[in-house]
Amino acid sequence: MITEYQNIFTQVQVRGPAEMGTDDYGTLTADRTKSTRFSSLLGWLGNAQIGPVNLGMVGVVSLASGILWLNIIGFNMLAQVGWSVPEFLRQLFWLALEPPSPEYGLRMPPLDDGGWYLIASFFLLFSVMGWWYRSWQLAAEQKMGKHVFWAFGAAIWLFLVLGLFRPILIGSWSEAVPYGIFPHLDWTTAFSIRYGNLYYNPFHCLSIVFLYGSTLLFAMHGGTILSVARYGGDREIEQITDRGTASERAALFWRWTMGFNATMEGVHRWAWWFAVLTPLTGGIGILLTGTVVDNWFIWAQEHNFAPEYDGSYGYENYGSYEAFIGKE
Amino acid sequence: MPRNYFKLPSWFEEWNAKRPTDVYGPGIIVGIVGSVLFVFAAIVILGQPFATDSLQSGPRGTGMSRAEFVSDLATPDPDIEELYEDEPFVPQGDEVLAKDIYENVQVLGDLTEDNFLRLMNAITLWVAPEEGCAYCHAEDDIEEYGNDSLYTKVVSRRMIEMTQNINAFWDGHVSANKEVGVTCFTCHRGNPVPSDIWYNNVPVNQAAAGWSANQNRATRNSQSTSLPSDALQEFFINNETIAVHDLESRVPGVPGRDLPSIQNTERTYSLMNHFANSLGVNCVFCHNSRAFYEGSEVTPQWSTASLGIAMVQELNNDYLLPLEGILPESRLGAIHGDVPKVSCKTCHKGYQQPLQGENVIADWPELQTTETPVYE
Repeated sequence: MITEYQNIFTQVQVRGPAEMGTDDYGTLTADRTKSTRFSSLLGWLGNAQIGPVNLGMVGVVSLASGILWLNIIGFNMLAQVGWSVPEFLRQLFWLALEPPSPEYGLRMPPLDDGGWYLIASFFLLFSVMGWWYRSWQLAAEQKMGKHVFWAFGAAIWLFLVLGLFRPILIGSWSEAVPYGIFPHLDWTTAFSIRYGNLYYNPFHCLSIVFLYGSTLLFAMHGGTILSVARYGGDREIEQITDRGTASERAALFWRWTMGFNATMEGVHRWAWWFAVLTPLTGGIGILLTGTVVDNWFIWAQEHNFAPEYDGSYGYENYGSYEAFIGKE
Repeated sequence: MPRNYFKLPSWFEEWNAKRPTDVYGPGIIVGIVGSVLFVFAAIVILGQPFATDSLQSGPRGTGMSRAEFVSDLATPDPDIEELYEDEPFVPQGDEVLAKDIYENVQVLGDLTEDNFLRLMNAITLWVAPEEGCAYCHAEDDIEEYGNDSLYTKVVSRRMIEMTQNINAFWDGHVSANKEVGVTCFTCHRGNPVPSDIWYNNVPVNQAAAGWSANQNRATRNSQSTSLPSDALQEFFINNETIAVHDLESRVPGVPGRDLPSIQNTERTYSLMNHFANSLGVNCVFCHNSRAFYEGSEVTPQWSTASLGIAMVQELNNDYLLPLEGILPESRLGAIHGDVPKVSCKTCHKGYQQPLQGENVIADWPELQTTETPVYE
């Protein structure tokens, strides 16, 4: 069998001298780590080369404040269980750092009732914004477009709506999402219940469309490219500028399947917009909840978006408990 | 080449060598197809081992039903076996009454001696089958049974009053669809202290205050969720408002100040988890699947459950909390020293109707009324 270089779980790893990257201005390596190494394990999944990393000043600050955020949460959880490590591990998925109680509004609460939450959130904001700036900085250095920066920005929009914009508009930090595994899921459920069923929020609908659409597009695109990799279709950039038989076959496949095909370049715009619109629309939906609309089911009925049931359910036809447990 | 310890006859090896066949490729396909056929045949012949049945609770297409394993449905509540029946003696009018024979009979004095002893015997079987009469009457001689020396006797008297009150005034809940009623056994099931009682356990977190202190721990009161652990305390003792929804599409105000907050919602959700686990049901047993708050689209069970909430509030506040000072320390909560309290689960114990809706009250007219019992 001829060995082939493939992507995930590749059996053959291409390994030359370490690729150290560009340095157009002769200054870029200043912020870059010097060493590189190779990992066969990572080579199964992607590129085997690790490093160099260009963290830069912003990256270091971002990482540091992110670690602070995480540690404030962790030590608060540890304090909640009386500094018992076994109990901390046992209850880890239940524990949380909660936002302030509602009576504090937008004021600074005591440390043990949301104060630490606000401090931690400040560090998280700093960390995320720093990382966002970094995605611009690194793209600029490589003379790339800023597509990743804007895509990350879409996710940050949702993050800011949840933790900053919406609490301020409502007038209470207590509306923010707790930092905890199960607690943040409980928050999500409670948010939907409290505001009359989020499924009737049209922006939630849109967000779901784009989220599920993203997974569908991802599968379609990934499947298409892998299936024409035998004709060089995995060299997508070359195929964009110099369309070969791989592109032709991929295009024909979809055009014959559904009468329309994306182009080798355009499919990436499809994917980018679907991914970006997921948090963008979702964020709008969250921002409107509790500020403009307080009960989405009633709103949906008022706008002929949800049906009204007349109440004649015919309960007598549904069968009895006695019959259900076999007593009749 | 590994040595071949298992030698086949040479004629077979020769025959085999002349007919090289790839057995592995088709082997996988044959194996998969064969397994599928085998499982399919087994299900057809032996039946679906995890068959389910469902109880519909709303219009078609609205996702309103409750699914259960058929095997679970076929297994009755084992406690039903333990139910104790003993028909009452219908008084002829010339019997001596308990209050005339025995001392200090405060609640059941108007019973005939036969019926009084019949009920005493039943209470022993329901509540203290192992400990016997002595659990309430100490090791006294029978002449001394009027003594209130043991707290158990004082508590029992109040609990008999409570049972009478439930059957007399809360029949809308305990006999909602048919005569079911409650006796001591409904909660006690042969234990001096019923299972599924609860104590106040908040704050659950140290180094925290406010809402941070009463949630995010897997406790019995939170049904092992990270939802607030104070739901039973707030709703079943303090009669806090359970509803959290706005009934118009836009209601001005700040959540937590003018309107219910996310935290209030989580507390209500905690109570609803308690409901669901106590009865072995899901949300749509009482609510419709679209708008939990909508009173015009609830199921009939919603009204029964609402009465149940009011009943539990009354039982806790009028019958159990006043036992403080009577119950010894060993019966009190570990954290706050509070008295044990009831909730849905204390009676229901995981079933939609306690003891699956068996009529437990039929033989006990003495427990059906707070007045003189009516025998038929």
